[in-house]
Amino acid sequence: MKAGSSRIIEWLGFWALRACMGFVALILVIVFYDIITKGIGIISWQFLTQPPLDGMTKGGIFPALIGTLFVTIIAGLLAVPLGMGCAIHLNEYARDNGLTRFIRMSIRNLSGVPSIVYGLFGVALFVEAAHFGTSILAAGCTLGLMTLPVTITASEEALKTVPRAYREGALALGATKWQSIWGNVLPYAVPGMLTGAILGISRAAGETAPILFTGAAFFLPDIPNSVFSQFMALPYHLYIMSTQHHNIVLVRPIAYGTALVLIVLVFTLNLAAVIMRYNLRKKGIAHGQ
Amino acid sequence: MDNKIRMKAENVDFFYGRQQALKGIHLDIASNAVTAIIGPSGCGKSTFIRLLNRMHELVPNAVLTGRILLDGKDIIAPDVDAVDLRRRVGMVFQKPNPFPKSIFENVAYGLQINGMKDKGKIEERVIESLKKAALWDEVKHRLHDSALGMSGGQQQRLCIARCLAIEPEVILFDEPCASLDPISTHKVEALILELKKDYTIVIVTHNMQQAARVSDYTGFFYMGEMVEFGRTEVMFTRPRDKRTEDYITGRFG
Ligand SMILES: Nc1ncnc2c1ncn2[C@@H]1O[C@H](COP(=O)(O)OP(=O)(O)OP(=O)(O)O)[C@@H](O)[C@H]1O
Ligand SMILES: [Mg+2]
Repeated sequence: MKAGSSRIIEWLGFWALRACMGFVALILVIVFYDIITKGIGIISWQFLTQPPLDGMTKGGIFPALIGTLFVTIIAGLLAVPLGMGCAIHLNEYARDNGLTRFIRMSIRNLSGVPSIVYGLFGVALFVEAAHFGTSILAAGCTLGLMTLPVTITASEEALKTVPRAYREGALALGATKWQSIWGNVLPYAVPGMLTGAILGISRAAGETAPILFTGAAFFLPDIPNSVFSQFMALPYHLYIMSTQHHNIVLVRPIAYGTALVLIVLVFTLNLAAVIMRYNLRKKGIAHGQ
Repeated sequence: MDNKIRMKAENVDFFYGRQQALKGIHLDIASNAVTAIIGPSGCGKSTFIRLLNRMHELVPNAVLTGRILLDGKDIIAPDVDAVDLRRRVGMVFQKPNPFPKSIFENVAYGLQINGMKDKGKIEERVIESLKKAALWDEVKHRLHDSALGMSGGQQQRLCIARCLAIEPEVILFDEPCASLDPISTHKVEALILELKKDYTIVIVTHNMQQAARVSDYTGFFYMGEMVEFGRTEVMFTRPRDKRTEDYITGRFG
């Protein structure tokens, strides 16, 4: 009797959870289906390599594509070394005291700060205080800053997975702390650190708010010629094409095409992270951990 | 005592935060001899042995008072560099912990970080250390295979070879055979007996027979205190303290 009712609960639970998963998957499928079917028609070599033409009603998205690539790279250059360094310090050097607990809490809270707030902060810090002006550099740094909390947290997790025995083994042989970290901790942690960082950066690549005031331009016919230039970016271009353009209905296919390119870009980054993590796991098993 | 004293603990108290793990330890470690430390689980054996090469400093909030001497010099003193000390006092851990590198690289690592650059010299020393650790014949054809593909006993001897390569003066073993089968255990024990000719050895063990087989001196620890210390054969035949007797006859522990 009892066994019977618990079987039913088991059955209900299983299907309820399965329904949740199915629902989430369904939403994803609908979003993709919508964007792909409406965007694929416009994608062509010209679309990817031409600037917008005729009052942004024709042509392509080349400057926006390049702009997004550049800011993403700068965000990565800032977030990856800074985030890794910070994580190494927190996990390997810092003592567990009130101060480090406070810093960890702040980092966690930073990841909850709305992206528009990062945008404002970027204006104050990079555009004005650092005199970068509204530029690729300012916007890239702002995105990098936004990615930092994720990068730090992921890097710390990666460091924690390296067995303590590796560190102790090296130290007991007379390695300095840095030698033990460099030779026996980082080689096993870096792939995991990078995986986290890439996921964070791919998220940032699709953000509009942080670049809105820090360097993204409505329309520029040419690609930027230095890191101090303004730039076009895919997410901002998409925003303009869907809400600010004088003929939104006419340019709808361009908007969908832009969305598709952006999604493919983000997915490529995520895929790279997934592949890296997969390789890492495989290696982990070979290590017998 | 017959042998010269190499290391000495004088009135050592040790705390993990507020929790006291060692109380008033006095212990002499003789040169070119094996000193065994025995006692029930949690009595502070690992804690003590890790003080001898200052590995306790990795634990946050660790507090140590008293003196630990190596050749008459206090190694806890602030002017002594822990890194230099660990090159003189090596350690082999309970669980074999080879690096996930090749067998060769495992042994070469300690040499490289100590600044040895000459490839020929490194190779010479690696081979010599593997021979001393009675491992050479088993691995000479696979020096560049991963160390993680070795058996537990081989891994532990590799860790010993790794430690020997940097030519320490004292070697600390914390339950080196705890995860090994009887045959591997026998090999490691034979090795320890061989090594004592050139090195000063301290070994923590749970295994009374092992202490009896390999050690010259034994210290019995109980709840953070050293209850009894003496020549191994005396301790195992005529223990002075009731607690020691109970422990070595297997009445508790
Ligand atoms: N890192 C630590 N932080 C806090 N307390 C610790 C720490 N390591 C050990 N202790 C405590 O100190 C006491 C002695 O531990 P220790 O590891 O030295 O015992 P042991 O004699 O080596 O035991 P075993 O035979 O089980 O290895 C134990 O009560 C243990 O709980
Ligand atoms: Mg122990």
